[in-house]
Amino acid sequence: MDLLSYTPAWISTHGPALLVVLPLMMAVLTAILPSRAAIGGKLAWLAVLATSGICLAVAVSMLLQVMAHGPIDYAMGGWAPPFGIAYRVDALNAPILVLISAVAVLCTLYALPSVDAEVEPKKRAAFYAAFLVSFAGLLGMVITADAFNVFVFLEVSSISTYVLVAMGASRDRRALTSSFNYLVMGSIGATFFVIGIGFLYMQTGTLNMMDMARILQDGGVDSKVTKLAFAFILVGLGLKLAMFPLHTWLPGAYSYAPSFFTAFMAATATKAALYLMLRFSFMVFDPSWAFIGKAVMILVAALGLLGMMAASLQAMFQNDLRRVLAFSSIAQVSYMLLGIGMATTLGLSAGYLHMLNHAIIKGGLFIAAGAFWYRFGITQVCDMRGLGKTMPWTMAGFTVLGISLIGVPGTVGFVSKLALVQAAALHGWWWAIGAIVLTSIMAIIYVGRLIEQAYFQDPPKKGAVTVSKNEAPLMMLIPLWIFAISAIVFGINAEWTTSLAAAAAELLSGGPDTIVPHMGGH
Amino acid sequence: MTPELAMVALLIIPALAALLIPFAGKYPNVREGITVTAGLALLATVIYLLIFVGQSEANRPEYFLTKFAGSFELKLKLEPLGMIFAAVASSLWLVNTVFTIGYMRGNNEKNQTRFYTCVAIAISAVMGIASAGNLITLFVFYEILTISTFPLVTHKGDAAAKKGGRIYLLILMATSLGLLLPAIIGTHVLAGTTDFQVGGVFPPGFSLTAAGILLFLFAFGIGKAALMPVHPWLPNAMVAPTPVSALLHAVAVVKAGVFTMLKVVIYIFGPELAGQTHASTILCWIAAISIVLASVIALRKDNLKARLAYSTISQLAYITFGAMLAAPAALMGGALQIVMHAWGKITLFMCAGAIYTAAHRTNISALNGLGRTMPWVFGAFLIGSLSIIGLPPMGGAWPKYFLMIGTLESGKQVLLAALLISSILNVAYLVPVAIRGFLLPPDDAKADAKIAGHLKDYRFVRFAPVIAAIGAFILFFAVGPLVDYLAPILPVTMRGGF
Repeated sequence: MDLLSYTPAWISTHGPALLVVLPLMMAVLTAILPSRAAIGGKLAWLAVLATSGICLAVAVSMLLQVMAHGPIDYAMGGWAPPFGIAYRVDALNAPILVLISAVAVLCTLYALPSVDAEVEPKKRAAFYAAFLVSFAGLLGMVITADAFNVFVFLEVSSISTYVLVAMGASRDRRALTSSFNYLVMGSIGATFFVIGIGFLYMQTGTLNMMDMARILQDGGVDSKVTKLAFAFILVGLGLKLAMFPLHTWLPGAYSYAPSFFTAFMAATATKAALYLMLRFSFMVFDPSWAFIGKAVMILVAALGLLGMMAASLQAMFQNDLRRVLAFSSIAQVSYMLLGIGMATTLGLSAGYLHMLNHAIIKGGLFIAAGAFWYRFGITQVCDMRGLGKTMPWTMAGFTVLGISLIGVPGTVGFVSKLALVQAAALHGWWWAIGAIVLTSIMAIIYVGRLIEQAYFQDPPKKGAVTVSKNEAPLMMLIPLWIFAISAIVFGINAEWTTSLAAAAAELLSGGPDTIVPHMGGH
Repeated sequence: MTPELAMVALLIIPALAALLIPFAGKYPNVREGITVTAGLALLATVIYLLIFVGQSEANRPEYFLTKFAGSFELKLKLEPLGMIFAAVASSLWLVNTVFTIGYMRGNNEKNQTRFYTCVAIAISAVMGIASAGNLITLFVFYEILTISTFPLVTHKGDAAAKKGGRIYLLILMATSLGLLLPAIIGTHVLAGTTDFQVGGVFPPGFSLTAAGILLFLFAFGIGKAALMPVHPWLPNAMVAPTPVSALLHAVAVVKAGVFTMLKVVIYIFGPELAGQTHASTILCWIAAISIVLASVIALRKDNLKARLAYSTISQLAYITFGAMLAAPAALMGGALQIVMHAWGKITLFMCAGAIYTAAHRTNISALNGLGRTMPWVFGAFLIGSLSIIGLPPMGGAWPKYFLMIGTLESGKQVLLAALLISSILNVAYLVPVAIRGFLLPPDDAKADAKIAGHLKDYRFVRFAPVIAAIGAFILFFAVGPLVDYLAPILPVTMRGGF
């Protein structure tokens, strides 16, 4: 079956714009929907589901187009780049667009029961609107080829994220401090980033990424301004993607946000920031320049190594379930950084693959964690006892994803860790193998602890009666099991995901693309 | 049926059983019927393949499963050693099923459906290990075996089971992820492939230092082979119900370990390269120490299953010992030991389980005179003991004989002493069990009489060890064909003696 033949022709010409404009417009519509309890929440939910569904369809068809015919360029408003804002979909960002929209669809399914339980009725429409803004922001920062536009969308997604995290306050008041903490840290990150862009603009006089790359290649490699710009951008993005030791905002934000949004954020937000780091380090700057090369190799790899160790260690000693998962997220991001730090095609490919695979794993795990809260109000690890009996299907899904997180063969976690180990071996970084192995063993401990509680302890007693079986609603189980099954399917037959990662890595190691596409308006 | 299809069926048949068993949970007879049917089908498939692979050296069916993470392939390929391992595991699965039914029902164990499902998954993983075409495939099934046996070890679900299970999982996972996987990746990077090839995959003139380091990583990374000091998981796994100890911790899991060890030395390093490294000499000594030390510890254990567990550690080290000697006769001895020890040890474990089920006794000091009540079981135990010790006319005599020749061939005569000392120790810790049963007067004649009265309720558990004991005896005469069958695993230059 040739899927490509089913994609309409207009996708390749107007798809990029639609992907960003549609959620933004729908956010406005959703916000003004009636908020009366009976229908308000449902209508808003339907609007989100329809939007994310359409975005997924568009993203998938663009991915197919890109794989078959190469990059898609789009000039916003008909203003030709480098003066107008350009969008570009290529092998590097097309899979991420699909990932973000697919996770959005799955999380939205889950939102129906979860948001009903966690967000007050009169705030639901606004909540969904904020989610759509955040969704649009993530898609925008991934799709755009304009450096300042990246900053705009970064802020669009960040500010709505602060709001969404704070909405967890009706469940746990600590959401407010976490959100404020994230707001401060995130704003510092964004400021660093925009200062970096400012320096780049000073050096090159352009904001289009490809144009920047061209001008930098022509001269200005050794300029102090360029170096400074790179340093600021690296730190700014490092904060956003929770690079150790700039990760301190993450555990709080993940633990206290509404569980629907935690699942979405854990699977996508850090990935989008990581993508930007790849785009800037390899496609605007060039790691073959001594300064950039050293920064990438030494700084990123070393921080990745430290992050793996420190975060895995911390994950072992957390009492809150979602904090365990949050620290594990920091460790997993560090794996990706390690892969990127190798700056070889294989290393990049392994890091990229782990990014896709980890999104599947973490999205599902947070969904399950939310389901535990939904039924029994569970947030602590010690409260998980007996879940194997009281919520068998949810716990089974959690277990599948948990062993995938460890990296057991037959799951996605194994595929990407194997790729990472192989890349490290071929690069001669034998110490990195030791670190990967050590942290995998730590993962056995912090995941095993959760699974052991659930299966080897009896369910708690309420008075004299043991708590009876109370499975999560179907709308939670469906997305959970879609994640769990994909973790197995892509773990056994990884050809498709591996080829996506390889294509992206090839693009990255090809060095900056300096040809600004010439096109008129549409 | 083509051989390729049959090879895939090796994995599919038990997996299918594992899928069906949960649906028959409410009907125990249907559920056990599925296991027995799958066991028979698997055995038939194995016999067909056994004959096919034995016919000619060109008959090596291959099947490509999938490719992942760039250059890694999952593929199956059969060869004589794997065939023999598959034959041992599948035939003993059937015998053990008879025993399991008797044991699980006799002791009214809980969660029997989960139990049978996990056993079927484990057997599927064992078939995957036996038919793996390269190290990566083997590793994948190796890990599946670890995971699928974890619920079996912790079957009782009490504090002791949990502790045992934790040690089991942690040691096996830590060694495999920490040492085995890096060794496999190292091989993949240095040799360019991890496909099993007669004579090894490393190019001539390969650095002996690098080979030595890899050999060390493999020897301790294959935790299932229980080479000291990575053995503690095995005694801890004895908290499992006896059928698990019998099938998995005397046969499937531990044999998967030593099988991997042999496979790595024979098909990845090649006996010639492995024999040249200093590492192999050091590992020979470690294995020899393991053999003697574990026998000494076994001697001091009063709990019957614990004694058998340490005896298993000692007997497994024989195979590692044979692999590391890397001489033709030693390798042949190691390969034969996989077969002979499996039949001998499963007999002993089944006897222990039969004694526990019928008499609820676990300590050797409590067995005085019980042999008069249960003569068949204690008779089987005696035959199994003789086979483990290595006395003719039991199957276990041959591997010991070949290993002794192997020590002489490779010029390590000193190590012959370890084998001799261990044999004496084997006599000392195994024979007294049967002697107590038959010759000493019972401590409590009334209790024994009561046990005798209930014996007919436990037919299955008493029947199975007798079959296994007969198998251990017959194997003594089957050694000729076995050696002929296994000869092609050696490089052509080494086949002189066979």
